[in-house]
Amino acid sequence: MNENPLWASESFWKKVSVWVTAGSFLILVVLTLDSLSQTEVGGKRVQAYSVINKKIDYIYQADLHKFMPVIGETELLFGKEFTEEEAEKLVTLGKKTTQAKNCMNCHTLLGNGAYFAPDLTKAWLDKGWLSKELREDLMIKFLLDPENNARTFGSNRKMPNLHITPDEAKGVVAFLKWMSSIDTNGFPYNFKTIYATEE
Amino acid sequence: MNAKKLCGVANAKLNAFVTWTALDRTNLSAGRTLAVNYFIVAVILFFAQLLFGMIAATQFIFPNFLYGWLDFSVNRMVHINAMIVWMLYGFIGCTYWLLEDESQTEIVGLKYGKLAFWVLTIAVAVVVLVYLFIQIGAGNDTSLWLINEGREYIEAPRWADIGIVAVVLTFFYNVVATFSKGKWSGIAGVLTLDLVALAGLYVAGMFYMTNITHEQFWWWWVIHLWVEATWEVLVGVIMAWSLMKLLGVRRKIVTTWLYIEVALMFGSGILGLGHHYFWIGTPEYWLTIGGFFSALEPIPLVAMVVHAMYDAGSHSFKNSNHPAVAWIIAQAFGNFFGAGVWGFMHTLPQINLYTHGTQWSASHGHLAFFGAYATINIAFFYLAIQHWRGDVWMSGGAQNAWRWKWALGLLNVGVVGMTIALLIAGYEQSFIERAVEGSTWSGYFSAQNHPSFQSAMVWRWCFGLMTFAGLILLIWDLLTIGKGETRKMAVVDAE
Ligand code: HEM
Ligand code: HEM
Ligand SMILES: [Fe+2]
Repeated sequence: MNENPLWASESFWKKVSVWVTAGSFLILVVLTLDSLSQTEVGGKRVQAYSVINKKIDYIYQADLHKFMPVIGETELLFGKEFTEEEAEKLVTLGKKTTQAKNCMNCHTLLGNGAYFAPDLTKAWLDKGWLSKELREDLMIKFLLDPENNARTFGSNRKMPNLHITPDEAKGVVAFLKWMSSIDTNGFPYNFKTIYATEE
Repeated sequence: MNAKKLCGVANAKLNAFVTWTALDRTNLSAGRTLAVNYFIVAVILFFAQLLFGMIAATQFIFPNFLYGWLDFSVNRMVHINAMIVWMLYGFIGCTYWLLEDESQTEIVGLKYGKLAFWVLTIAVAVVVLVYLFIQIGAGNDTSLWLINEGREYIEAPRWADIGIVAVVLTFFYNVVATFSKGKWSGIAGVLTLDLVALAGLYVAGMFYMTNITHEQFWWWWVIHLWVEATWEVLVGVIMAWSLMKLLGVRRKIVTTWLYIEVALMFGSGILGLGHHYFWIGTPEYWLTIGGFFSALEPIPLVAMVVHAMYDAGSHSFKNSNHPAVAWIIAQAFGNFFGAGVWGFMHTLPQINLYTHGTQWSASHGHLAFFGAYATINIAFFYLAIQHWRGDVWMSGGAQNAWRWKWALGLLNVGVVGMTIALLIAGYEQSFIERAVEGSTWSGYFSAQNHPSFQSAMVWRWCFGLMTFAGLILLIWDLLTIGKGETRKMAVVDAE
């Protein structure tokens, strides 16, 4: 088999496949460690849970050519200032609720999920909640009884009643507020927030 | 008493059905008997997948259909979860099918493998019943452990995850112990290492995290590194083995090809994972790395087309099982178009910013999963049935050949039709909701209400029905093909 050219030799490709796989995997592991540390809660890209005490906006940054979350001054949620632990507890309740209720099989979160209902990445900032004063109440009411507070925009598609409790609803709102502060590299593009509409 | 009667009737009906199929298990080795058990459950779950897909597709057109009873979320979960599970069943079946032949010995520890099959099947049945009848729970750990985890594709509750790992370990033991007792080969080596990776990755999806960026990071490790790395290589292995068996291609050629495919697939697919890390909070370098490596992913898929077509052509398409070879060719093209072309179309971040999470993804998802993974499993169903019937003739001039040809046609045209309909919807959605209206809720609904979106949903439904009809015909064909055939299987000579 020596007359076999290298590019057609089994043992050559065997070695190539092993090295390429091992090399790619090694790079992936290194990048994973870096990405996980850059996206710890409380870092620059993923905010501390207590960000729910703050005003969050999403604004086009001309120099970067993309939209970026902007954390502003205090803007309390449910009229309460949460400590970091309290905030984490609430957001955790909200996150578990979104999983137990299977939100992701109708909606997308950070763009991943199903396409039967709107993306939730920036739901907290959506101008559909009319004004920043009405927003919290509207969201809670909606989550508790989506059938009778439906916001179908003429589509007839209604969210079903998922038997969310008032506490869980608060958790979900806190989770959505926190998620809207994540730096998603400019996704979604061109999103005009509830603040942009008010001004 | 009544329940007893009912059971008696059901049992009698089942027996009558089994007699009608006239399939004789004594034609199969012990290992292959286990393989066909896996294939049977796979087909049943495939049927469930399409049934619930049809219900979900109906709800896009009539949102009130079954509202409050079987909501879209439930139907879609069953649709995609049934798909993942039937494909895994199919792959496990394929592996048991080729294991004895490749290792040239009997399966070691087969009784544990059989036990694992029943454990897994009962677990799957319980999980599905809970999905359908309990559906959702309160926002706490108990729900995630017992009802569902609410994470697309890997919704199964945690208790089932642990069960799955245990079952897969048993399966893995069968594979390794059998090769070790018999003989190792290039194919055996790649298969074993790939199964380690495939099973290990599943564990990455078994943790709860509040930090959604981390959660989705690991979730994609499972989903992407399955479908764009380990499953692709598994298919490469299965394909290599079947090209030898069906066409008589030389072992040295398929093994060399297999290594080339592994190098290309892992070399592009592992870092191609980055195309899911553009927008979930992860650092910006993923835009470059993910874009670059995922753009290379079509290359191995082209290589696989060349390989399959070249080998089939150089043997003048002479083979012992026409339906299986037809489905293998469908696999080569389906994989290339569904994953390679449709994937490439939206994989660069400059376009993915607008297409991410739209019907565009659904278009790609359908053609890729069907083209790459449904096809190869169907090819194996045909291989299995041929031997189960006692190595009957399945080449030119077989009886009732119209059935497999029509099933092939309906399924492929149906899925391609759905893919095109969804692509049109995806273009419209990316343009109106994303580019023009900036992804607000009202932007979302203006895109959903647009006439071209709505008619696309109707077309998807119609082509869905065609797909479903194709599956029903396929099942009928699998149950009857070769029945009453007296000629023996054509023999292919190795080169
Ligand atoms: C057989 C192999 C493949 C299968 C089964 C597959 C399947 C899928 C599925 C189901 C999704 C949607 C995931 C979700 O629900 O969010 C997806 C997303 C995606 N796939 Fe693939 N895929 C395959 C190969 C590829 C390849 C080779 C490429 C690139 C060349 C690719 C590019 C993408 C991209 C960019 C996305 C993200 C879409 C988004 O941003 O929403 N895929 N794939
Ligand atoms: C009877 C035919 C089918 C119908 C009517 C159907 C319908 C649907 C519907 C309505 C969805 C939800 C999409 C959304 O969230 O907006 C879906 C998702 C999906 N289906 Fe099907 N489907 C069918 C067949 C198939 C087949 C044959 C496959 C693959 C083998 C498949 C794979 C998928 C995948 C991977 C997703 C998730 C896509 C994503 O998230 O991007 N479906 N299907
Ligand atoms: Fe991917």
